[in-house]
Amino acid sequence: MTQFMDRTVIGLTLGFALVALLGVFVLPDWLMSQVLIAFSRALAVLGLVVLWRTGLISFGHALYFGLGAYTVAMLGKDLGVTEVLITLPAAGLVAAVVGFALGFIIRKYREIFFAMLNLAFSMVLFGILVKTEALGSTDGFSVEQPTLFGIGTEDSTVKLTVLFLAVCTVGWLSAVLVHRYLGSVLGSLTTAVRDNEIRVEYLGYSVAQAIHGKYVMSAALTGLAGGFTALALGQVDPESMVNWTVSGELVFVTVLSGPGSVAAPFIGSLLFELLRTYAFELVPYAWQLIVGGTLLAVIFFLPGGLWSLISKLGGRDRAAQPGGNRGEGER
Amino acid sequence: MNLALTILVEGLGYASYLFIVSLGLTIIFGVLKILNVAHGAFYAWGAYSCAFLIGELSTMGVSDLGTMIAIPIAALVVGVVLGSAIERTIIRNLYGRDEVIIVLATFGLFLVLEDVILLVFGVDPYFAFQPTLAMPGVQIGGIYQDGYKLTMIALSLVVGLISWIVLNRTHWGKLVSAIIFDSELAVAMGVNVRRVFYVVFVAGAVLGALGGAYIAPTISVSPGFGVEVIVLSFAVVVIGGMGSIGGAAIGALMVGLLRAYAVLQWPEIELFVVYAVMAAVLIFRPEGLFAPAKARKI
Repeated sequence: MTQFMDRTVIGLTLGFALVALLGVFVLPDWLMSQVLIAFSRALAVLGLVVLWRTGLISFGHALYFGLGAYTVAMLGKDLGVTEVLITLPAAGLVAAVVGFALGFIIRKYREIFFAMLNLAFSMVLFGILVKTEALGSTDGFSVEQPTLFGIGTEDSTVKLTVLFLAVCTVGWLSAVLVHRYLGSVLGSLTTAVRDNEIRVEYLGYSVAQAIHGKYVMSAALTGLAGGFTALALGQVDPESMVNWTVSGELVFVTVLSGPGSVAAPFIGSLLFELLRTYAFELVPYAWQLIVGGTLLAVIFFLPGGLWSLISKLGGRDRAAQPGGNRGEGER
Repeated sequence: MNLALTILVEGLGYASYLFIVSLGLTIIFGVLKILNVAHGAFYAWGAYSCAFLIGELSTMGVSDLGTMIAIPIAALVVGVVLGSAIERTIIRNLYGRDEVIIVLATFGLFLVLEDVILLVFGVDPYFAFQPTLAMPGVQIGGIYQDGYKLTMIALSLVVGLISWIVLNRTHWGKLVSAIIFDSELAVAMGVNVRRVFYVVFVAGAVLGALGGAYIAPTISVSPGFGVEVIVLSFAVVVIGGMGSIGGAAIGALMVGLLRAYAVLQWPEIELFVVYAVMAAVLIFRPEGLFAPAKARKI
């Protein structure tokens, strides 16, 4: 695990390179934009996976998603900053700073209280945004055209390609970093904290600090996800960025993907996006029914998420590895 | 003075339906330890069925007052049928799973039920104002008040009183208290916990549907209106203390009055203030305001 290039890193690198090449040379625009949105959300899901391995699930990460999205949008609208090399890191940074501040409170909470306190914080932001006339209230406002190295473009295909390559790069980097983190001593504590906090304290580690670190990490990743989504959609609004249903959706994709691997969020997120698009085209009034039904099916029949299916197909049974949820052991 | 009175009546009216809905949520949480996101769907189903039934009764020539019979019918039918079906098929098979997984399963259920509503009742809004016409307006302190709203306050008092009596003065209530306190010990004492779970879940579903059915005549029942209610009743339940009836009453009163005040005096903070209070309660008193910290083992 400690050598720099292990199997997962090689797999991630090849996988992302393949997707990037496919995207630029093969995929049609509409599919590329689906992958862009899916991979943007996958960044947030990656953050939630880090928390879930500790046994924590947040029902309020729409807070950081919205912060990231509004940071990008407001930098363009109010300060005229459209450079993605500034706006996207800013989105992650703002989310990380807020996550760091709130983390001092949140790190003391577990289980349902953890989920609910996050929900409360995210709904506070939602409550503020829907009533802020300057930010378009419930309608939101549109995002300025992004620029890279000061160069902007009107060509939508070029813009899409650039954003697509950016999300692939950031996704690859984040996945590798999170993987390295989970392999480190601090990262190995995640599962230990879930299993028995008191023993972790006896080992001489601070559980509160370990959780705080993970929380900030997940906030930053979710902020980045929000920033990318804002750029991809060209529009921010409270209902689709900050409401509790967004948090629910993020947790949904987390469970769909399963905590087995850092690659799982990207695969799960892509499948979710395709599922949603096709369900919406097939039955416009009942797409939620299909999505909700899928969620129930995953919970009942695939407790380890999609990744457990992939591992089984690959002959590598990861059920016994850290990250399998409690339900898995009982079945 | 008039303003204070308006805020009071508005707030109480709002609080009373929040109380009925949250009561269902909180007893399910207290007993089954399940945070039921699908509760918002019970609410929406209750409202839709009631509005539909009122419309049907009205075209059959039933008087405006008579259409009110639709409210208890809708609440009972939706609660018992939907509640039983969900408990038997989904919830029952999830006992013992991770808490958050169960919450997610109910979120999936919520999505499914929301769309089944659209398939059954269509996407057009329903208006069923007949019962409100049957209620004469009342003058309180020189201000004209909607009579229907006052009956809602009365209903919530009755519902609260009945729940209190059932929980504190009957054999069933004692069983429920025993399970809330320690379900493993209750099993050891020979209590049929599964059956109590079932009854409590259905009762909670009936209350959720009743809240929806009673509010239906005063609003336009349209798609997606259950979304806001869930998270508001979460706030109510958290503020009062999860799993406590008195807590639900206090939480509902606080949210109702705060919101009435905000709507009339300071509309910008209408939603913000509710969730700010929720966050503050979680930070400073996670077991909920006025909830005895010891008696509840949650």
